[in-house]
Amino acid sequence: MRLVRCNLRTLGLAALAAGLALGSSAALAAGDAAKGKQNFMKYGCWQCHGMVGQGSPVTGPKLAPDPIPLEAMSSFIRNSRRTMPPYRVEVLPEADLADIHAYLSSVPKAADYKTIPLLAE
Amino acid sequence: MARKNSRPEVSRRKFLAGVAVAGASATAAKAATPGTTAADVKRLPAAVEPMAHQVATETAVPKEMPHLVGKPNSDFMVDVIKSLKIDYVYSNPASSFRGLHESLINYGKNQLPEFITCMHEESSVAMAHGYFKATGKPQLMLCHGTVGLMHATMAVYNAWADRVPLIMIGGNDLDASKRPPGVPTYHSAQDIGALVRDFTKWDDMPVSAQHFAQSMVRAYRYAMTPPYGPVLLSLDAGLQDAPVDDGHLYIPRYVASAPPHADLNALREAAKLLVAAENPVIVVDKMARTEAGVTSLVQLAELLQVPVVDQLGRMNMPNTHYLNQNASAQNLIRNADVIMGLECRDFWNTVNQWIDNGEEHGHGNRESRIKPGTKLITISSMELNTKANFQDFQRFQVTDIGMAADSEASLPYLIEAVRSAIPSDKKAAIEKRGEALKKAYQQARERQRQTAALGWDASPISTARLNAEVYNAVKNEDWSLVTSTGNTSGWSERMFKMDKHYRWLGGSGASGLGYGLPASVGAAHANKALGRFSVSIQGDGDMMYAPGALWTAAHHDIPLLTVMHNNRGYHQEVMHVQRLSNRRNRVASLGKTAGPIGTSIDTPNIDYAGLARSQGWWAKGPITDPKDLGPALKEAVEVVKKGQPALIDSVTQPR
Repeated sequence: MRLVRCNLRTLGLAALAAGLALGSSAALAAGDAAKGKQNFMKYGCWQCHGMVGQGSPVTGPKLAPDPIPLEAMSSFIRNSRRTMPPYRVEVLPEADLADIHAYLSSVPKAADYKTIPLLAE
Repeated sequence: MARKNSRPEVSRRKFLAGVAVAGASATAAKAATPGTTAADVKRLPAAVEPMAHQVATETAVPKEMPHLVGKPNSDFMVDVIKSLKIDYVYSNPASSFRGLHESLINYGKNQLPEFITCMHEESSVAMAHGYFKATGKPQLMLCHGTVGLMHATMAVYNAWADRVPLIMIGGNDLDASKRPPGVPTYHSAQDIGALVRDFTKWDDMPVSAQHFAQSMVRAYRYAMTPPYGPVLLSLDAGLQDAPVDDGHLYIPRYVASAPPHADLNALREAAKLLVAAENPVIVVDKMARTEAGVTSLVQLAELLQVPVVDQLGRMNMPNTHYLNQNASAQNLIRNADVIMGLECRDFWNTVNQWIDNGEEHGHGNRESRIKPGTKLITISSMELNTKANFQDFQRFQVTDIGMAADSEASLPYLIEAVRSAIPSDKKAAIEKRGEALKKAYQQARERQRQTAALGWDASPISTARLNAEVYNAVKNEDWSLVTSTGNTSGWSERMFKMDKHYRWLGGSGASGLGYGLPASVGAAHANKALGRFSVSIQGDGDMMYAPGALWTAAHHDIPLLTVMHNNRGYHQEVMHVQRLSNRRNRVASLGKTAGPIGTSIDTPNIDYAGLARSQGWWAKGPITDPKDLGPALKEAVEVVKKGQPALIDSVTQPR
């Protein structure tokens, strides 16, 4: 079985750059977080990024909380040529992606690790 | 080698069949006594009516079974095995080695080695695999030379790829004119070694008791000379049963071979490169065979203040030491001017990266991880024992200095060479490098802790929390993380303070599923005598390959804490099929499961706690709320400390 690894920094920078490039295009519609949670599972995002978008050091970076802007996210996942497989619009419609983004935006911030006894040690 | 003519007239096979028929006949006779109806008799199955020859067999007066005159060869074989001080024989019983089996438990009094009953030959090998990694002592595995060895093959390949020694004996009925007909003939072959020759160091087929003695000691020595590996003896059933007919049998004394160290001139050249480098990096994988290897590596790293990247084929570099720089591995390798790899499984993939993006005609992109001109050094014993068929040697990587040798044996010489090569005006720069690495270590640790806080209260349980909770439960014991299967995104190495060689025993070798549970049982078996607390993180897919190992642990009172990483899928394959679906611009079909069809283990969910309880374990779960995990683990730890196995079924995030 092959290991799947991501270059986290490359992914993040590529996504950000793509988002900035799209900054002048029409803003994508805001989504529905509840539907987005279902879509996050349906389209398999959870597989590499975890069910609350927490990410994995091995398979995919964190997506939540504070996801990158929707435009950047859309641009990246449509055109990824890295380890992240591209999701074309025929597979993941723009409205469903907007819902996913809304879901990721709804994920609460993580606590400071110093307030979690098992991590503060 | 021929089976001697010492067989009784009534064969074992006919005898057993006869007993069954006789029992049924007696029942029929009883049912037909006065007072029973014709209908009662009619209801009896037709199979109870014996054939004429069966009746004759049962009613004739059997000849007395002849007794063996003198000692059987298998008793002498046990003497040979005892001379090697092997603790256990892991085995699923089989007729082709019944002679040796009988001698082990009666003549040998089931001590050194003790017979451990296994429920699958793959488990037998994996248990011996785990036992070795905890103790450094190879164990014996007995199996049918055909069907048993075929069952065992995947685990043997794991042991081969993991460079782990074990001694296998496969029973075989060689003499076609003497072997029992039927099943035993299906279970015989001309050359059982052919089944595993591609992934064993050596095999032999002794044809006399003396030959067995020489081959057994030779097998042990070959297995235990680095690079370690599994070995096999094919043992004829007739030879086991025959009486000792040689008055001059002797047992060769076992003397270990010294491990091969690297050429001293090559080590001096390597030392010069390391000392002259501004940004050297040491990458280790299966380097430390023992605690001495860990000590040497720390000594070398401190001498040069060089960062170490531990790929964790074994516990090589304590993660409590600031020179363990796993968290910065990619940056360190990218900026290195000298990289030295020690016993790396895949040095190509250390200095290159492969991107599974379907480009290059579907083969994916290859990118260098290093800058041009970076000098590469390797010491690897794997080159000393490589075979052609199975591709465990990975992609070929050009190096500037390559040494085919055992790294642990070579490090003391390299340390001396480095010490001699360091000029006095270099010491300040080396010290400054160390200070920067101390700071980077602390910063990385804080980053990792904050990353672990993401999804901390999520349900299913995050793999970071899983590992943090398990470590918290065992940290006050003299713990050993014996296996971790199912991939928890490297959180074990971040959460567990691994400061000794036995804290982490490494992976399976060839990533063949079915390793985790039996290997952890074998390692826990070893740790029991060493007073260590064994804990494993157990993937669900891996568990279902060899659940019978649960019974072995309960039956033999092996204390082990198994914590399920139950992500309800073959998750690597979940991601692979999703990747291919995306690449082909299709929505992945989920059917009724969470992952693409064929990759999930849900609908229904498996009750792993129930599975464990059914085989004699204390168990709890499924646990989905992370708040419930800590208290459950606390209970389980107490059970294990009392000497019993315990399982916690924790339902987890995928990675």
